Order: sequence, then structure tokens, then C-alpha cells
Amino acid sequence: MIPAPFDYEVAESPEHAVGLLREREDAKLLAGGHSLLPAMRLRLARPACLIDIGRLSDLSYVRDVGDEIAIGALTRHKDVAGAPLLQEHCGIVAYAAGQVGDPQVRHRGTIGGSLSHGDPASDLPAVVLALGGTLVARGPSGERSIAASDFFTGVFETALAPDEMLVEVRVPKLGPASGWAYEKLSRRAQDWATVAVAAVVERSNGGASKAAVGLTNMGGTPLRATAVEEAIAGGAPIAEAAAHAAEGTDPPSDLAASADFRRHLARVLTRRALERAVAG
Amino acid sequence: MTVVGTPIKRREDEALLRGRGSFVDNLTLPGTAYMAVVRSPYPAARIVSVNLDAARAAEGVIAAFSGADLADEWAGPLPCAWLVTEDTKNPPHYPVAIDVARYQGDPVAVVVAESRALAKDAAELVEVEYEPLPAVADVEQALSDGAPLVHEELGTNECYVWKLETDGIQAAIDAADVVVTRRYRQPRLIPNAIEPRGVLAQVGPTGDVTLWSATQTPHIQRFVLQLVLGIPEAKIRVIAPDVGGGFGSKIQVYGEGPLAIVLARRLGRPVKWTEERSENYLGTIHGRDVVHEVTFAATKEGKITAVRSEAWCAMGAYLELVTPGIPLLGAWLYSGPYEIPNYSVTFTGVFTNTTPTDAYRGAGRPEATYVLERTMDALARELGMDPVELRRKNLIREFPHTMASGLTIDSGDYHASLDRLLEVLDLDAVRAEQAARRERGDVKQLGVGFSTYNEMCGLAPSRILGAIRYAVGGWDSATVRFQPLGSVQVVVGTSPHGQGHETTFAQIVADRLGVGVDEVEVLHGDTAISQLGMDTYGSRSLAVGGIALWQATEKVIAKARAIVAHQLEVSEDDLEFADGTFRVKGSPDRSMDIKAAAFAAHAAHNLPDGMEPGLEETATYDPANFSWPGGAHAAVVEVDTETGDTRLVRYVAVDDVGRAINPMIVDGQVHGGLAQGIAAALYEEGVYDAEGNLLTTTMATYLVPSAAELPSFETDRTETAADNPLGVKGVGETGTIASAPAVVNAVVDALSHLGVTDVPLPATPERVWNAIQEVRS
Repeated sequence: MIPAPFDYEVAESPEHAVGLLREREDAKLLAGGHSLLPAMRLRLARPACLIDIGRLSDLSYVRDVGDEIAIGALTRHKDVAGAPLLQEHCGIVAYAAGQVGDPQVRHRGTIGGSLSHGDPASDLPAVVLALGGTLVARGPSGERSIAASDFFTGVFETALAPDEMLVEVRVPKLGPASGWAYEKLSRRAQDWATVAVAAVVERSNGGASKAAVGLTNMGGTPLRATAVEEAIAGGAPIAEAAAHAAEGTDPPSDLAASADFRRHLARVLTRRALERAVAG
Repeated sequence: MTVVGTPIKRREDEALLRGRGSFVDNLTLPGTAYMAVVRSPYPAARIVSVNLDAARAAEGVIAAFSGADLADEWAGPLPCAWLVTEDTKNPPHYPVAIDVARYQGDPVAVVVAESRALAKDAAELVEVEYEPLPAVADVEQALSDGAPLVHEELGTNECYVWKLETDGIQAAIDAADVVVTRRYRQPRLIPNAIEPRGVLAQVGPTGDVTLWSATQTPHIQRFVLQLVLGIPEAKIRVIAPDVGGGFGSKIQVYGEGPLAIVLARRLGRPVKWTEERSENYLGTIHGRDVVHEVTFAATKEGKITAVRSEAWCAMGAYLELVTPGIPLLGAWLYSGPYEIPNYSVTFTGVFTNTTPTDAYRGAGRPEATYVLERTMDALARELGMDPVELRRKNLIREFPHTMASGLTIDSGDYHASLDRLLEVLDLDAVRAEQAARRERGDVKQLGVGFSTYNEMCGLAPSRILGAIRYAVGGWDSATVRFQPLGSVQVVVGTSPHGQGHETTFAQIVADRLGVGVDEVEVLHGDTAISQLGMDTYGSRSLAVGGIALWQATEKVIAKARAIVAHQLEVSEDDLEFADGTFRVKGSPDRSMDIKAAAFAAHAAHNLPDGMEPGLEETATYDPANFSWPGGAHAAVVEVDTETGDTRLVRYVAVDDVGRAINPMIVDGQVHGGLAQGIAAALYEEGVYDAEGNLLTTTMATYLVPSAAELPSFETDRTETAADNPLGVKGVGETGTIASAPAVVNAVVDALSHLGVTDVPLPATPERVWNAIQEVRS
């Protein structure tokens, strides 16, 4: 419960934070601290330097930017969950943010921190992936946009360069024919998902004509259930399409569930998510 | 005004809730140094060498020692106080392992530094060369041929075999219409007191020792410290300040206490140690880890004629204070609240390369009650009988009742508890909803499970403890002391760690003496203040300590009566005492209140000849029998048959704990106990891999449930008076003992129409789903 020694810097601006990331060896950004600090207290993570970006309040916002909603990287989960713009235009993000951890975590943890951490068991990565969201990173030479499908590269690994920080997340406004659902099974309310499924559908004639399905904790990164999506696009009924949910996944076996059970859960939860999304 | 029986608020809470409690880790003495313990990462390993050079050279380090460096400090090994048979094997256990580490977490070296963080950093620099040895973590494997030996010199992993059997058990089983045999595995549970362990040791100029300890047992600590350190008890003072929970895990005298004292003596500075949470998972005792095989024999009408239980119980790598005795605390409960004429219980204690087991809330009794109540349901299924009906048919009807196993239950009315339970539950409505869901083929099925139970607590009659080879007695003591101006100090030998004793005990004394509850101050948890006591565990504080307190109060009243009689010049028999005032019978205007008597006792101007000044009395109470709470519980669960996800939707508990001194505190004890039993049913499991590595070392993997997982409990009480002056039975463990089987019975009930008859503990989604798959295939 006592971290190994580390240096501590306070970033005054995103530029300053990026500069510190370049200057300091083995540095990590500290946002809400609800993933990093527990790992440090168990001495599983031993960064030489923490760069505290918690005071960059300009990065906490939810804005309407036309076809998309822009969410500042330092927006805390409880603010994402309660944001009227998200609730109106992209409810799945608000809903999933409300499913993260427990109230203490949601009051400290940030959307940018959660996405940058790259934990395949976290709720928001699969949601942003299913939405085809965009992640905006700031580096020494300015900002660049990374598609969610390119962002998650491995267990706790992302496309962010060592001297880049995530500053914004963009998600699309969903149209009136869209439906969504996030189905999560966890042992306790506060736990990571054993498996969870994010579904965003285009509704048509009481079914789905198109679906985007994101899977939580079914592999080293959040995954798209492409076989399910193709089956839906090909006109398959939901139950039939959902049976493909575990294809191409590589779920872990751990104390919460075996890989086989996770595959089963992925199929059940995908069917439920699609049904709920269609029901609107 | 009567305060007994009223839910007055706990006087303890305001300071605790405002963060003004004083726990060991909050205490610092001038010059305090901080200790960190280096623990074996191997479940079994020979310690080839310990190199302390780098640690000693690290910033802020004062000293570092290996187990061998400290071997001469110990007057004796850490003792076990309950060797349950003449030949129970008790291998030596020292605070720091000397040549072999026998479980993951076994201390192998210690570092002392100027701060806790520096000590922790330096502990990482200790280089221990290990030669890993084969290890065994599972009780059944540990008894198999060729299993690695936890203690090679013993030649076996079997610690003891203990048996209690009535004549003719096999004949009774052979003659039965119906026999059911079931096997159950109850996994390890990790107690998880909210405050981990901690000690602060100070050695004075004359070698006197003060140890502040997060303990349930300051008196037992002092006793054991003499055995381990050779320092006379008279020079040792143990203080338990605010203690943040224990659930049995702070009864033991762990090595870190004597270790801190030895280091404080060697270094000439106070030494403090605060356990980390993950360290607590390895270094503090675990509970349960028992495999049972249970046989019930019955007539075809459902009258149970015999129960036979055989259990293999994990001891862990060493015997802690009462490790071998834990199963024995349940040994008389395998017939529970039922009248069963033939009885056989066998326990085999087994060493494994794991953290030692010891008392965890209920200690032996949840284990017994679990297998009993699960097997009641199995028998009901076998007989095609309703499980409530089967229970009714076998519940004891008359009290006192002497069981086949030999002990006598003084009081109870199990039928009354069951009747009330069914009323509160509205069983017909639950069954109707269950039938409707089955009819519709709902994904989420409903199940209801029962547990009628009793327990043996109020530990314990000293003679019985002696007969079952427990090393010391089970009495307790209390002192009631009037101050000159009429306030009252109460000193008790019990030592609370969250139970609200200060409130409950003040209620008892205030009522009896007729003084205000706020005029009564309750002192405890310091061997310099409370010389005599056997501390707090086994739901004993009220049922034993409370009676000692009652008796001390009666002695104070008797002395005051003598003073009043002397001053009013009447005979003692002519005085009535009520509401704090002695009145002369027939002349109620002639009176003197007890506070005036207290002042007179201190002034000593006019006392009866030969009477000593002061108004203070001490009593000890050694119970003649255990106390026997009981009751009836029901759980309603909803099981998602596609995912196995199981949610507790209702829990109804009707308990008979005798008289409730403070009903709110009683409810609180029941709620906490229920949460822990429900946790064992659905969430918590300490998991070792086959090599003996503990896999559940954080709260992320060891699933203590939160309020979000639990429904609002529905609690009620029926009451029969225990055979003691307060009529109290104890309530600390009832919830934990009764609840786990009720919940698992409910899970099985929800799936019984599919053919499911068992789900292993804990009933995780995967296990529930697997149980469904097995009967479907």
C-alpha cells in the first residue's frame, strides 16, 4: 500500500505536460489516479515521475461541435454520466460512464484516464470503439486525431506516443433511428466487467439493419464483434447474429470467469444488448 | 427511566464517524521507529541465506535482522492454547522463520527504519536465497500418499483426529428407511477487518513493556507474551485502543507483537508496525477451508434418526492460538435445533502450506450449520417432503433439552421463530411468484431457501473448556465503582472492537443503579486498568462479561444497602431499592439515594463497624453452560439462468438472542453477520493455486460484497430468556452462522425444477451456470 519512491511534477498546461513527458525519464500522467495509484501502491507500477494534470480544468468539458460531441479528457465519469448533451445525443457514453466502478471512482476518475490506461476490462473503451469515436492526442508538434479502432493496441497499451497526452474524445451524435445498449455482467457493482457488450444499432421494421458491437474484456483490447455486425447487415435475426459474438475473441481465464464462460456470456449479453438497443 | 431494551444511539460512534478515533496507527511516541516484515514469496522453501547488507545501507534504516539473528530472543515458540487431543502435533512456530518458510507470507526477515515508507523500501532490498520445496495447499491432497510434508520432521500432515460418537450410530444408519450422504467444500475466507493489524511497542527503563495492539485480546496477549519473551506478565501492559473490527482474526497472538517488543528493546526506541492490506491477506489468519462428508438417516416419515459427519479441516502451516479447536466449537451443532438421537462427529486437522486458519466469525459453527442445513434440504428432496415441513417435524420442542451429543440447551422456542419467519416472509406469495416464473419459463427464476439454526456461544464454562483441553478458563470479570460524587466507572475484562459495549454495558448498569446512562463510563481494553479478563470473542461479552457486570452491580447495591441501613438505623431487610433510591418499607419518606450512599462510603464518617471505605465491587462470572441463540432464516434469490448471475432479493431473519439490551445494536450485529454469511454463499473465496500461491491478495479479487449487493434485511425477534440473570444469549455470530446455507438452499431451490441439487460455494455465476449445464446435458 506504499508506492515506491517517485518524483512529482504539476503540469500548468497541456503543452507543459507534454514538455515534461519529453524531459522526464519514465514519467506517467496522473489524472484521476484510480487506476494508476492502486497499481503503484501494490508496486506493480513504478514510474520514476508522476506528472499531475489534475489541475488542467480547461480539459473538463462536454461540447456540441456539430455532428459530434467533444468530451475533454479530464472530464470525470460522474460529469460524463450527467452531461445533458450526451444524454440527448449519445446516451450510451453517459450510461456507461455511470457504470464505471463505484461512486468514489466516478467522482475522481476521468474519461481520458480510463481510455489512455487501455484496460480491456474497462467500460468506456468498448463503447467509444463501438461508436467509432475519435481520440485527440497532443504531442510536441501539436494535435492529431486517432480513430478509436487504431487507438487500443494491447493490454494496457495504446497508440499514444510516450510524449503524447490524450486531450479530447469525440463521439458521434446518434440519429433518431439509432438505438443503443450497454450490457454488463460484473460480480459486484464496483467490479470491472466480467464481460460487457456495447451495441449501437440502426433500427428498421422492429429489427436492426445495422449494428456496431463493442466487447469489453474479451481479449487484450476492446474488440468489435465484426461477425455479429456482418450477420446483422446481412439480415440475420438478432439471436442468430449474436451467436457469432465470441468469434475472433481471445478472452482471459481468471478468478472472475473462465475463457469459455466468457465466450458464452459474450453471446448472451450481445443478444440482450441488441434486443434492448432495438427496443430503444 | 428504563434504558435497557431501548435503541439508544451508540456513544462510540460520534468520534469514530468524525475520524477522531484513536487506532494503533494514529499513535506515535517520541523516537518511534518503523518495522517492515519481509515475507516468503514461496509457499515452501528452505532459507539458504539472508543478505541484509543492502537493506542496512539504505536510507533511514536503523537495523535489519534475519530469523536466525533473532533466534536467541525467544523464551519459547508462539503457543497454541488448544491442543485438542493428547497427541495433537504442534510444530514450533517462531515470529520469524529460521530455516524453512512454510507458507507464502511466512516472515523471514525484518527491517526497522525512520519511517514506514523507508522501512518498506529497504525491505525490498533484503536478499533472501531460497531453495523452493514442494508444497501442498489442499487438505485432501495433503493427506494423500506422497504429498509434500509441511513439517518434514512430523512424517505426516495429519495434525489430529478428534471424535465424538454415541453408541450404536452405525446400527441406526443401517436400520434407517432413508440415508443421504453429501459432500461439501467450504472454501477459505479472509476476515478483512477494516483496520489491519498493528502494534506499537515501548520498553521502559526497568524492562517494563507497553504494547499497543489492534487486538481483541489484551489479556491473552499479555499472558502469551510472557511465554514467548520470558518477561513476567506483571511487567507487561497491553492496551487495545480503538480497534477496527476483528471477526476473530485479532484473537491470536501473532509474531509481530513480540517481534516489535524485541526490536524496541534492542534498539532503545519505540517500534511500530502497521499491516498493509495485501500483507493482511497473507499474514493474518484465514477462516473455514473444510471438506465435509455428512450422512443423515431418517424414517420415511421424515424423522431424522442419526447424523454422522466427517470433516477434514485445514490448519494451515502452523497452529495459531486456537487453530485446532475451531472445528470443536461446532462439534455439538451437527444436530442443530433438531432432536436427533444418534450422533457422530469426526474432525481431522490437516497441515497445508497456507496461512494458518483460526477463528473467523462463527468459528466452527457456520461450518456445522452449513452442512446440516444443506443436508436437511437434500433429505427433504429425497423424501419428497417440503423443507419447512421436514424442519418442523424435527425441531426440538421442550427445553431444557439434553442433546445426544451430551450438552444441554437451556432455552429456546424454535417453532415460534419459524412461525414468525413464515409470516414475515409470506411464503405462499413467494411460492406463487416462483410458480408463475416457472410456468412462463422466465430467464430469471426465483428460489427460496431456509435455515433453522441454533448456536452455542457465550464462551465458555471453564470446566467444559478444561474437559476439551483448552488451556485457560472462560469466565469474565467486571468492576463497578462509584466515584464520590455519584458518577460510575465500569471496568470490564472484555475488549470490544466495534460491538458497542460501552453503550450496552452502560445501559445495564444505569438501569440497575438508577443513575443516568451518561453518568456511567465504561473502561476496557487496557490490562493496567482491567486486570482480570478473558477478552472478546465467541459472542461472550454480554452473555459472560455482562453477567459479571450484573453481579458486580448487585454487590455494589448490597454494600450501599448496608451503609443506608446503618445510617437510617433500620435493618437491611427493611429497605427496598428502586430507581436509585433505598426506601424503608412502609415509610417511603425515609429514604436515601445510592449516590448519597456512595458519598457516605467515601467520606467514611459513619460506616458500619469494620466496613472498608469506598463503593467499588468486582465480580467474576464463570457460566455453568454455553448460551444457545437460535432462530429461523429465509433467503429469496433471483437466478439468471442464462448467465448464472445470482442476486439476493430478500433476506428475512428471525432470531432468538434472549433479551435485547439495545435492539439497534442487536440489529446491527445481525446485519453485519448476515452480510458475512451471504458473502460466503455468493462472493468470497480465498483461492490458492495447486502450488500454494494465494491468488486473492487484494480487494479486487477477494470479493467482499458492498451495500449494493445486499437487500434491506428484514429482521425480527422471538424471545426466550436464557438461564442467566439478564436472560441474554449473545448475538455476534448468529447472522453468519445461519445465512450461508439459507442462501445456497435458495439458489438450489430456484433451479430445482431443472434438476439441480447442489451448487458449490461460493455460488458464482460460472458455477451456477455450470450446475445448470450439467443437468441439461
